[in-house]
Amino acid sequence: MTSITHAPQNPLPFDARSRRTPAGRAIRWLRTNLFASVTSSIISVLLIALLAKAFVSLVQWGYWNAIWIVSGNQTGPCRSIRGLGACWAVIPEKYRFILFGTYPFNEQWRPALVCLTFIALFWVSSRRNWWRKELVLVWAAALVLIGVLMWGGVFGLSYVSQDRWGGLPVTLILATFGLAFGFPLGIVVALGRRSKLPAIRSLCVLYVELIRGVPLISLLFMASVMFPLFLPDGVNIDKLLRAQIAFILYAGAYLAEVIRGGLQAIPRGQHDAADALGLTYWKKNGLIILPQAIRHVIPPLVNTFIAFFKDTSLVLIIGIFDLLTTAKTSIIDPAWQQFSVEVYVFVGLIYFVFCFAMSRYSRQLEAQSRPG
Amino acid sequence: MRLHLNRQQVNGLVWQIVVVAIAVAIVGWLWSNALHNLSVRRISTGFAFLGREAGMPIADSWLAYSPRDPYARAFIVGIVNTLRVAVIGIVLATVLGTLIGIARLSSNWLLSRLAAVYVEVLRDVPLLLQLLFWYVLMQGLPAARAAWKPIEGVFLSNRGLVLPAIPIEEANLWVIAAAAAGLGALYLLRRQLVARQMADGKARPLWPYALALLVGLPALVSFSLGASWTITLPELRGFNFVGGLTLAPEYFALLIALVTYTSAFIAEIVRSGIQSVPRGQWDAANALGLRRSFVLQRIVLPQALRVIIPPMTSQYLNLTKNSSLAVAVGYQDVVSIANTTLNQTGQAIEAIALIMAVFLTISLGISLFMNWYNARIALVER
Repeated sequence: MTSITHAPQNPLPFDARSRRTPAGRAIRWLRTNLFASVTSSIISVLLIALLAKAFVSLVQWGYWNAIWIVSGNQTGPCRSIRGLGACWAVIPEKYRFILFGTYPFNEQWRPALVCLTFIALFWVSSRRNWWRKELVLVWAAALVLIGVLMWGGVFGLSYVSQDRWGGLPVTLILATFGLAFGFPLGIVVALGRRSKLPAIRSLCVLYVELIRGVPLISLLFMASVMFPLFLPDGVNIDKLLRAQIAFILYAGAYLAEVIRGGLQAIPRGQHDAADALGLTYWKKNGLIILPQAIRHVIPPLVNTFIAFFKDTSLVLIIGIFDLLTTAKTSIIDPAWQQFSVEVYVFVGLIYFVFCFAMSRYSRQLEAQSRPG
Repeated sequence: MRLHLNRQQVNGLVWQIVVVAIAVAIVGWLWSNALHNLSVRRISTGFAFLGREAGMPIADSWLAYSPRDPYARAFIVGIVNTLRVAVIGIVLATVLGTLIGIARLSSNWLLSRLAAVYVEVLRDVPLLLQLLFWYVLMQGLPAARAAWKPIEGVFLSNRGLVLPAIPIEEANLWVIAAAAAGLGALYLLRRQLVARQMADGKARPLWPYALALLVGLPALVSFSLGASWTITLPELRGFNFVGGLTLAPEYFALLIALVTYTSAFIAEIVRSGIQSVPRGQWDAANALGLRRSFVLQRIVLPQALRVIIPPMTSQYLNLTKNSSLAVAVGYQDVVSIANTTLNQTGQAIEAIALIMAVFLTISLGISLFMNWYNARIALVER
C-alpha cells in the first residue's frame, strides 16, 4: 500500500498506467500471455493463422455450405455439395433410429423416458449430500422403472422384446448396469486381493490379471461365441445379457484395482483401532476401512466410469445395437450412405457431453477434496 | 511339533476351502458342459487345427503369406501385424503426447488452451468412434490417380499413404545392427567416463566417442558391405503405386486413431509429472548456476519420470490392447485373424485361448520392461 500512496511524486511506469483502462488491460494481457518473448510471439502468430484458416474452412463446411433439411430421401443436393459442405439433413432424417434403434416407433417415448431417468439418476448420485444408504434404494427403484419401461408387458404397456432395443438406452443400460453390479464385485475382489488367506488372494489376483491382461474385444467374443458352449443344453441366454455379464466382469476387475489403491492408502492404525474395538472382519471393512478408502479414490473411480462408458461402444463388433452401432447402421441406407462423417460427429457429440460432464465432475471433486 | 490353530485360523481355513470349492465346482460344471456341447457339435478340441490350411486371405502383411498356408502361419502374421501397429503406435504416441503435455504447460495462452482442447475432445469420445471416423475420412480421399501430393514422393489417396523408402536388404540390416551395437558400447563407455569423473573431478568429453561409434562404425560397415541407401520414390503406374512404402488405409486409420487417442492421455501424465516437481528444485538448481538444459535433464526430468513411468506403462498396455479394435476396420491383427479362424473352424476355446496367450505375453513383456526401467530410476533412499 505504501508504494501506491507515495507513488504520485513520480510519473507512473507505463505498465501501471495501462492497467487502468480496459484497452490497456487487454494489451497487458496480450503481452504476458501471447507475446511474452520472441518465440512465444512466433508461436502465437502461427497458431492464430492456422486457427483462422481451420475456422474458416470449418464454418464453410459445417454452416455456410451446409444443407440442413431435404424432403424425403432426395439427397441429390447433398451429394452435389459433397466435400464442400455438410449434409446435416441426415440428422433430422435419422435421429430417431440413431437414438432408439428399432424400438417400435410409436412407443419410443418409453426409451426416451428411460434416458431421462438415467440422467436424473446420475445427477442425484453426484450430489454429495445424497451420499447415504437411501441412495441404494433410489437406484433399485430407478432400475426397476427402467426395466418396466423398456420391456413393458405390465400397466398396459405393450411388451417389447430385447432384440428390438437399440441406441442410447442400450449404451446407458450396458454402462450403468455394468457399473452397478461391477462395483460391489470390485469391492469384494479388492478386499480378497488384500486378504491374508492365500487361496482367496490368488483367486482374486488370477481373476483381475486375466481380465486386465486381455483386450475387451476378446471378452466380448467370449461372451458372444464361447459362453453358449459353457451352458447346459436348452439354456439360452440373450445376447445383450451375455454382453452385460462380460461388462460386469470387466468392470469388476478394473474397479477392484482402483479400490485396492484406496485400501492401500488407509493407515495401518485404522485396522489396529478397529481390531482393538473387537469388530468382525466385515464390520471393520464395511464401517471403517471401505468408506475412507472409496472416498480417497473417487476421482480415479470417475475416470474409470468414463473409460467404461466409452468402452461400451465396443459391442458394435459383436453386433449389439448400442448408440454407435445404430449410427453406423443408419447410413447403410443407399440414399444417405455418403454422409457418415455428419452422423459420427452427431454421435460423437452425445458421447462427448456425457464424458465431459463426468470429467468436469471428477475435477470438481478433486478440487473439493484437496486440503486448504 | 503340535498343530496349534486358534479360532481365527480355523475360520480362515474354512473360508478358503469353501471359496475354492465353489470356484472349482463352477469351472468344472462349465467345463463339462463345454465338452458335452463340443462333442454334440462334433468339434474336436485341441490345437491340431493350427496345421490345417487356413484359406484366409491376408491383404496387409510384412511376412510372406498365401491363403494356402496353415492357420499357425496366419496367426504369426496376425501377431506381427499387432506388434507392428502397437510398437510404432507407442513410439509416436509418446512423442506426440509429450509435446502436447509440454504445450499444456506453456506460458503461451493460445498454445496451452489449444493443447487442453485437444486433450479434452480426444479423451471424451470413444476410440472406436474415432477409428471409424478416420477410416471414413480415408475412404473419402481421392482415388490413386488424383492422389494428394503434399510433398514430392508422398501420396495420400484412398489406397492409403505412400512414402518414399529405402529398400532394406541384408547389408542394410548389418549397418543398423552396427549402429545399435555402437549405441550399447557408448552407453557403457559413458558410465565409465562418469565414474572416472567422480573419482578425480575432471570432465571428459564424450562426443568424439559418440561420433566414432554412432557415425564412424556404421559408415565403415556400410562401406565394406557396399550397402545401398538410395531412396526409391513411389510412382503411379496404372491404377496403383509402385515402389516406396505403402501404409494401407486400414493400418493408417488405426495408427492415427491409436496415436491421437493415447497421446491425449500421455499428455496429461506428462503434464502432471512435470508439475509434481516442486518449484524449489528449479530455484535451487538456478541458485547453483546450472545451465537450463542441465537442470531439465539431470534434476527435473529424473524426478518427473518417477511419477510418469507407472501410469505410462498402463497407457502402453492400453494402446496394445486397443489395437485389437482393428477388427472393426478390417485390419488383420491377431484378434481379427483369431475371429476369422473361430468362424471357419468353430474352435472357439482355442482361438480365444490364443488371443489371451498373445496379449498376456505382450502385456507381461511391456510390464517387465517398464518395471525394470522404473526400478532403475526409482528414488534410492537410505
